[in-house]
Amino acid sequence: MSSQVPADLRYTKSHEWVRIAGDTATVGITDHAQHELTDVVFVELPAVGRKVKAGEAVAVVESVKTASDIYSPVSGEIIAVNDAVGQDPALTNSAPYAAGHFFQVRLSASAEVDSLLTPADYSKQIGA
Amino acid sequence: MSLKLTPLHSAHQKLGGKLIEFGGWEMPVQYSSIVDEHRCVRRAAGIFDICHMGEVLVTGPGAEGFLNETLTNDVRKLAVGDGQYSQMCTESGGTVDDLYVYRIAPMEYLLVINASRIDVDVAWLQERICGSPHRSGVIFEDASGRLGAVAIQGPRVASFIDLLFTGPSLAGAAVDGASSLKKNQIGAWEQAGQRIWVARTGYTGEDGFEVVAPASIIEDIWTRTLAAGHTVCIQPIGLGARDTLRTEVCYPLYGHELDETTSPIEAGLGYFVSFDKGDFVGRTALLDQKTNGVKKKSAAFKMADKSAPPRPGYAIFAGGEKVGDVVSGTQSPSLSAGIGMGYVPPAIAVPGTKIEIEVRGRRFAAEIVKKPIYRKA
Repeated sequence: MSSQVPADLRYTKSHEWVRIAGDTATVGITDHAQHELTDVVFVELPAVGRKVKAGEAVAVVESVKTASDIYSPVSGEIIAVNDAVGQDPALTNSAPYAAGHFFQVRLSASAEVDSLLTPADYSKQIGA
Repeated sequence: MSLKLTPLHSAHQKLGGKLIEFGGWEMPVQYSSIVDEHRCVRRAAGIFDICHMGEVLVTGPGAEGFLNETLTNDVRKLAVGDGQYSQMCTESGGTVDDLYVYRIAPMEYLLVINASRIDVDVAWLQERICGSPHRSGVIFEDASGRLGAVAIQGPRVASFIDLLFTGPSLAGAAVDGASSLKKNQIGAWEQAGQRIWVARTGYTGEDGFEVVAPASIIEDIWTRTLAAGHTVCIQPIGLGARDTLRTEVCYPLYGHELDETTSPIEAGLGYFVSFDKGDFVGRTALLDQKTNGVKKKSAAFKMADKSAPPRPGYAIFAGGEKVGDVVSGTQSPSLSAGIGMGYVPPAIAVPGTKIEIEVRGRRFAAEIVKKPIYRKA
């Protein structure tokens, strides 16, 4: 099954995506990741206001089979979480790049964005 | 160590199965999704690769006596063509394995054992034979390598099973077709001169059959089953749904509910321990537990509210104190709730008791429930 890798996002090796708008990064997991997990049944989101470092485990997504950590791709402060996906975890499967996003971070080190994977890099990683 | 492959490995790859390591084997965990496959078995029909499971043949005039002194259940209850669930225990009552015993001929028994326990069981049984007064009358064969198996499970399976195993049985239970087998019965059919054993047993809580046949014809049986079950939308089912299906109906999985430090009495499987058949390995310890009580008991539970799914190893709390551990846990596709089993003191293992499950440092409300957790409407 071929996975979508939108061209306007940046990615991590651990299958998070990042949408940058000004100093705000919106984060979720990729289409490839949700295909691999299948049937997401629980999403645990970070507390708003939490300061996070790039690469830090900040959320957990659970499928029927396993629990997987979600890492913040960037450093900064959690300024919003998507309660809708907390209420309806299946949004992770049905709309990973939109209604199924997880949280937003106010960037404290915007240069970090440059080290994230490009769509081409990520496509190569997942063999898409 | 390279992973062992079943005769169906290439079939799984062709079907797009996602392969994982399980007990030294590379096996499909899912094809479409665990929830989709789970519902397919509850609604209609699914086929499982269970070639990783072990098969042992115990034959001869001493077979009955030997098995009765080695296993917990009473094989004398078995007519030819009958099967029974049993445990094999240590002297201290711990569980070496849980298994199915089929009497396939007057002096011939087929034992189906867990994949992860084949080496241990074979060594255990062989050692026991050497020390048995019946040893001169027992022929033992570990047939795990030459035999394979599939499980065909679901409420619609009986509607097409006779297409696969046509006509009257050739051995075991005397029936006109596989669909006439009663629960726990086993019969034999043939295909190209090869013997196929079909039992009305399973590990899903649904009606269904388990089929044991030479490894060389297993892929053919798999393919023919998918074709015959096409009318009821049969699907291949991976280990993921196998685990959610068995957890909903509280069937034990060795290494979770059972191990060498856990007895069938503690596991709530005392029904399969026959104290009145004479001596057997573990009888003294098990009778003591039955008479004087146990310190831990298996209990099923259901999460009260929306929560993270319980997982093996999570702590169970009651009254603010840790009282035990989860041994099996998942999100139930049938109930859309977290469910599981764990070991707690007997006073806690009472349906209705409020407990908490600790998930990543946070406690979620749950309640002890009667087994099975899921019952067909």
